Formats: sequence, structure tokens, C-alpha cells
Amino acid sequence: MVLPIENDLDRFRRIVRGRVRKDLRRFMGSDELVGRQGKKVVSIPIPEIHIPRFRYGPNEQGGVGQGEGDPGDPVDGAGEAGDAPGEHMLEAEVTIEELAEILGEELELPRIEPRGRREVASPRSKYTGISLAGPESLRHARRTFRQALKRQIAAGTYDPANPVVIPVKEDRRYRSFQVETEPSSAAIILYIMDVSGSMGQKQKDLVRLETFWIDAWLTHNYRNIDTRFIIHDAAAREVDRDTFFRTKESGGTLISSAYREAVRILEADYPPADWNIYVFQFSDGDNWSTADTQACLEILGQKILPVANLFGYGQVDSEYGSGQFHKDLEASFGSDERVVLTRIPERDAIMDSIRAFLGKGR
Amino acid sequence: MDAPTLIHGLKRRPLPREIEEARERIQAIAWNAGLRFCETVFEMCSFDEVNMIASYGGFPTRYPHWRFGMEYLRMKKGYEWGLQKIYEMVINTEPAYAYLLDNNLLADQKTVIAHVYAHVDFFQNNAYFAPTNRKMLDEMANHAARVRRLVDRHGEGAVERFLDRCLSLENLVDSHALHVRRPPSEKDLPQDLEPQRLPSKSYMDRFVNPPEVLRAQAEKRRKKAQERKFPRAPEHDVLLFLLEHAPLERWQADLLAIVREEACYFVPQGQTKIMNEGWATFWHTRLMTRHILSDAEVVDYADHHAGTVATRPGQLNPYKMGLDLFRDIEERWDKGRFGKDWIDCDDPGERARWDTGAGLGLQKVFEVRRDHNDVSFVDAFLTEDFCREHGLFAWEYDPGSRQYVVDTREFRAVKEKLLFLLSNHGQPRIAVTDANHANRGELELTHVHEGVDLQLEWARETLGNLARVWGRPVCLVTRVEDREVVLLHDGDTFRAEGLPGRGES
Repeated sequence: MVLPIENDLDRFRRIVRGRVRKDLRRFMGSDELVGRQGKKVVSIPIPEIHIPRFRYGPNEQGGVGQGEGDPGDPVDGAGEAGDAPGEHMLEAEVTIEELAEILGEELELPRIEPRGRREVASPRSKYTGISLAGPESLRHARRTFRQALKRQIAAGTYDPANPVVIPVKEDRRYRSFQVETEPSSAAIILYIMDVSGSMGQKQKDLVRLETFWIDAWLTHNYRNIDTRFIIHDAAAREVDRDTFFRTKESGGTLISSAYREAVRILEADYPPADWNIYVFQFSDGDNWSTADTQACLEILGQKILPVANLFGYGQVDSEYGSGQFHKDLEASFGSDERVVLTRIPERDAIMDSIRAFLGKGR
Repeated sequence: MDAPTLIHGLKRRPLPREIEEARERIQAIAWNAGLRFCETVFEMCSFDEVNMIASYGGFPTRYPHWRFGMEYLRMKKGYEWGLQKIYEMVINTEPAYAYLLDNNLLADQKTVIAHVYAHVDFFQNNAYFAPTNRKMLDEMANHAARVRRLVDRHGEGAVERFLDRCLSLENLVDSHALHVRRPPSEKDLPQDLEPQRLPSKSYMDRFVNPPEVLRAQAEKRRKKAQERKFPRAPEHDVLLFLLEHAPLERWQADLLAIVREEACYFVPQGQTKIMNEGWATFWHTRLMTRHILSDAEVVDYADHHAGTVATRPGQLNPYKMGLDLFRDIEERWDKGRFGKDWIDCDDPGERARWDTGAGLGLQKVFEVRRDHNDVSFVDAFLTEDFCREHGLFAWEYDPGSRQYVVDTREFRAVKEKLLFLLSNHGQPRIAVTDANHANRGELELTHVHEGVDLQLEWARETLGNLARVWGRPVCLVTRVEDREVVLLHDGDTFRAEGLPGRGES
């Protein structure tokens, strides 16, 4: 039975979603969403939508309380009854799927056409029926008791005055599942980040926000997504997501080390016939030497670009960085379809960077 | 409306046998104790249902609007996170309807039933509820049907936009509107524009009433009528004023009328929060402990009751405040602690021993529940002794430490603050003072400033909504930091004149 209030709730949710859409730029540059990411849904703290009224300022009015305390002592719980904007945070849940849709519509991102026939059959089990045998953990209690009741009634042993139903082994029913394989396109996202001393917290936050949105969009487009992370200073290593955002090193910067690591990972696990390959690199644009930059350009041109759908380079400018690497890439690959170069000097630029990265529909 | 379809979309469930038996007993006990209530229908509800009904302000048949959904979401979350729990809802109708939560303990249900009968007694006998529409359940259902029809005709967006505007002005009703017999609207008064003629024979008329004098007179009267201020006295029922004078289309007027009627209906609830909850608590504890509880239920009951009257330092719990005041009144009138002799007595020892055996306590509390609202209740019965014994204090925001601090325990100041908070149920008083401001058909409102400034951002938004309803620019005269400020809105842009420290913005 659907309660009539559900309609009002729906309407409210639609309004909230509209707000998310309107404020997308703000959300994209803030931790609000990213910090609250669950597996499938993101709780968006929405300041309660107020109907404005003529009212007193929350701090002007004061109040009357009851209990201990001398003049000047702080009062617990005072003012909480007020409803100043922002005091009550309502959480509206939006699925990541939905968020990606909003993102796509708002940035007018084209749907990605998976390259070639990179189809991987992915098995999925669905619980669709009931069977007579199965593991105890899948026993269907209600169906089992129903069966026992039927049997007892049929056998004449059921007494309505003393309704005890005891299932025997033959009554047991189990949930049964079927394995279905669905063809689906698969993608690997490889994130590379410079964690050398010149990359500060601010730069890393920008990267974290940006990757959240890239993940959301690509996950929306591919059924199978793998995400791998490489950090580097003078040497590179593969890490998990947490470490990726937390590590701070102080050493120098050899970007080529990361590129080599990327090539190793791709060659080992992701044959380009089966995978759509995305490589995103974030750096402040400093490299140790022009010789190393030369090596980078070679690896990129010969090993990475031939297999990748997209190579995205996001330069998070820092006070210390020269930003030279952006210029070097520009000079060599500026006209290459598969290469997108952006600069992300601040939070507001995230939206434009994402649009540039994903706007090609590759 | 037939009872079975009362909660539309919900199945009605008869009370379980044990609860029905308890109800019958409690009804008889409450009646014998002197409570006078009308027929009260109890419904069993699940959590979702009771949350829904509470979000609708007690009326499951309310018109569709997103804010009810928002409220529902908040209640649901509040319950899921264990922050709040609703035990009961009762509405002021005839018969009265009360909603019980279906998985409460029997002891809780009994407490709630006793509580509900006292509420219904209050609805039925308190003077401030006398003019309320006791068929409001039907009325709300009619409103819902009207709103749905308007949605069909004018679209969800248009209706919602206009409703949002009306709701933004919802608190601009005269809190005495229900009690006032209004003089006929000025629009309907005969317009006395015809010049006065002296009686004369027709052949003499030209000389007795010379045409040029008549013309001059007519002109003068017309001018005077134009200059006459309209409305003549400040009009506090701003919604009614808009309804009668704003250039609204019929469907808009219909929506505004609905919003106003519902707002007026809820006014007495807002005016008697402390009394109403105090009265219900006074009676549930009295009846439960004296007549109803079984031994096994005492602990559950005590737990429930303790939750009801729990206080947090910064918040005044109306249940507790009202209960304590009623108990204090009962004791004082039982012991004869009133009148001149009592007031004149300064000797603490004598005051503590004071007991004339008057025995008027119960009679007095019934009288008080008939005659008072929160403001007059607190004004008449919050005494210095009470204030001290119950540890009342006034608090304020300290901008220096950015926290709320105890301001004073001085009786006068505490009482004054409390009365201020209760006056006009905590809403600023705003009246229409000129409907032809600057002789341009602009609407001027005046905020009756009582020492507390309006919140300007909200005022700006609200004024914008008002301008869109009025169809012409509007302005609000108020004070900010002790200087007169005029806020102006023409529906698109906002301006403030005389804002301290910011010049004109």
C-alpha cells in the first residue's frame, strides 16, 4: 500500500534533485558529496528547503531555559530548537547512477561508444526461484513453514486450537539462483599522480574531487570497471585508493617511472582487445629533467596511446610547479584526438576539466 | 465523510481487544474526574502512518505539497536514527480523532489514551478553541480536492509556485481573527461622494444649490476620499487583506483562502502549547497513578512519563512547564495561597506554613483551562516562587564566545522574556498600514518592533513573495539596530533604505 505522503515525498525529492542540478558546479568543487560516498548512493546534505517567512533572527531572540548555571555560563542545547537555515541538514540520497546522469545532462557529455568488440561476458547470479534442495543458508523460512502447514493439514495433524507447525526435512524449501551471463563492455581507469614534495594538500584535494566525477561517469558507461592507482616521485609504485590520496613523499619527480609502471600494468592485465583503457595523470607539471620528459613522450607515444581510448592530463597548478610538462605534452600531442590536456588551478575549474576529459565521447 | 474511509489509502484497524477495554475504562475514569470530552475515535497506526499523519499536521486528507514530504522525510530519519518518536497524535475535531502507534507497550497506550482525553477536554472547553471549525477533517479534504482540481486545470508548477508564495505569508494572520466580528469591508461601505443638496423647490434649485458650488464640493470630497488612508487602521490580518484587495485570479484567491483558513485553524494550538500539553500531562499522570496502572506497569509508565517531562537546560519543555504550573495552581488554591493577605505576607516562615484549607485547587485548574491562553496563563500564574523553585533562567546568544549563555535568573526579566516569546506565538507582528503608499498603489507594511530585529535575508525573500502576490511594489517599515529601515521589493529587485553601517544597498 502506498501512503499518499509518498507523492509529496517524491515531489520533494524532485525539487532536491533540481537543486543538485542547479548547484552542480558548487557540488563538484566541494567535499560534500565525495566525503559521503556509499557503495551505490551518495547522501547529499541539503540545507532544508525553507519557505521564507518574516521571523526573528535566531541569535537575537534568546530564550528561557530551566536548570543549573550562573549568568555567563554556557547553555546546552539552547538555540537548537530554532530553525535557522543550515541548522537542520536533510540528507537526500541520490544514487551515483543518477548523479552521473545529472552530470552527463548538465555537461552535455556524449555517451561513450565502447571501442571495437571489447565485450566481456560477466556472470551474474539472480535469485529467481525455489528449489527442493540447497544450502541451509538459503533456506526460505516462510515457504518451508507454508509447506509444513500444507502437509499437516493434508495429514489431519494440524490443530487450529494449538497451531504448532513443525517442518520436517521434506518440507524444506530453498532459494535457487541462476547464473546469467550478460555481455558487457569493460574499462580500466588508470590514475597516475605525482606525490612529490611540490604537490600540496590543496592539489591532492582537487585530484580527489576530479577522480570521483570521472569514476561516476565512466561507471555509468561501462558495466565492468577496474580502477588502478599509481603514485610516483622519483620512483613509481602501484597503491590502493586510500594510499593514493594520502601519500606524501618529498623526493624529486621522474614522470617516466610512472609511465613505465602504467605500461607494465596494462600489458600484464588488460589486453586492449578486451578493455577500454583510460589513463588519467595529475601533476603540478614539474619534471626532473628534459631528458626524462623526452623518455615520457616516447613511452606515451609508442606504448600507451596506441592502446588507450583516452589519455587525460590534468595539471593542478601549485606555487612551486613550473607547469612545463603541460607545454611539453601540448607540443608533442596537442593535436592528438586521444590526448586531452587541462589545467585545474582551483575547484571551480573541475567542471570544465571534466567536460574536456569526457566531452569527446571516447 | 464516512469513518471507514477516514484515512484515505489506509486500512482502518479496530483497536485490539485489550486496548479497547483499557480505553473504555479510562474514558469512564476521565469522565468521573470531571473531564468533558466529545466522542473520540482511536486509530491504530504503523510508524510510517503516524509519521505521515504528523507531517500533515494531524490531517491525513491534506492537500498535496512538497513540504509535507520534506517533513515526513525528516520524521522518518529522526525515528530511524533514534532521535525522536511520536507516541500519539490527536486532532481538534468532532468527533476527535486520535492515532495510536501500534507497537507501543500497553502501559504506553494507556498513558496516551488518558493524555488524549485531556487534550480533547481542552479542545472542547478552552475559550480560544471555541470558534474553531470542528469539521476541519472534512474541510481539509475539501481543500485537498480543490487544490487537486486546480492542479489539473492550471498545472502542478503554477499551483505549487503560488502555494509556496502563500505559505511564505502564512504567519501573517491576526491571531485573534477567529474571535473577531469584522466590520463590513471598507469596499462595501457606501461611498459618500455625492455633494449635499439643500431642499428646495425645483424652480429655486439653481439658486439654492448653485451648480458650480456643487461641483466644487464634489471635487473636494473626491480629493478627501482619495487622501483618506486605506486601511484606516493597521490591518493585522494581512492574508485577509490580500484576499480582499490584491488583484488575484480566482484560482489564486482560492488557494490563498485555503492557506489562510488552515493557518487560522491552527492558531489556537500555537497559542496554548504550554497549557494544552501541561493539561494533558497533568491529567495523564493523575489518572494513571491513581486509577489505571497495574503494578507490573509502574516502571514502564514512569519511564515514559520521565521522558515526557525531561528537560534540557536550553529548552523549555512545554509538557513540564505546563504540568508544573497546573500543579502549582492546584496547590496554591488548595491551601488558600492567593488574594491580598497572601500577597502582602513577607514572612518566609509563615508563607511556608500557609494553609487555609481552602480546597479550591481542582475547581481553579478547571477554570484556568477554560479562560486562559499561554500568554495570560504565564502572566497570571508564573510567580517568583515558582521561577526560583523550578530554576528558570533567561539565556541569550553571546557573540563574543559564539555560544548561548545564561543571561539572568532575575524573576522580572525571565518572565518578560518568556511572555515575549509567547506573544503572537513567537512571530513578529506585521500589519498593513497603507495600501496606496506614495499614492502609487504600493503596499506598505509596518513591523511592530518589540526589541528584536527581523532576520533580513528571510525578510527579503518573503517581501518578494508578497510583492508577487500584491502585483505592485511593497515595502516594510521595520527597525534594525535601533534605526528605522525600509525594505522595498518590487517583485524583481530588493532594496533597503537606512540600513546601519551599510548605507543604501
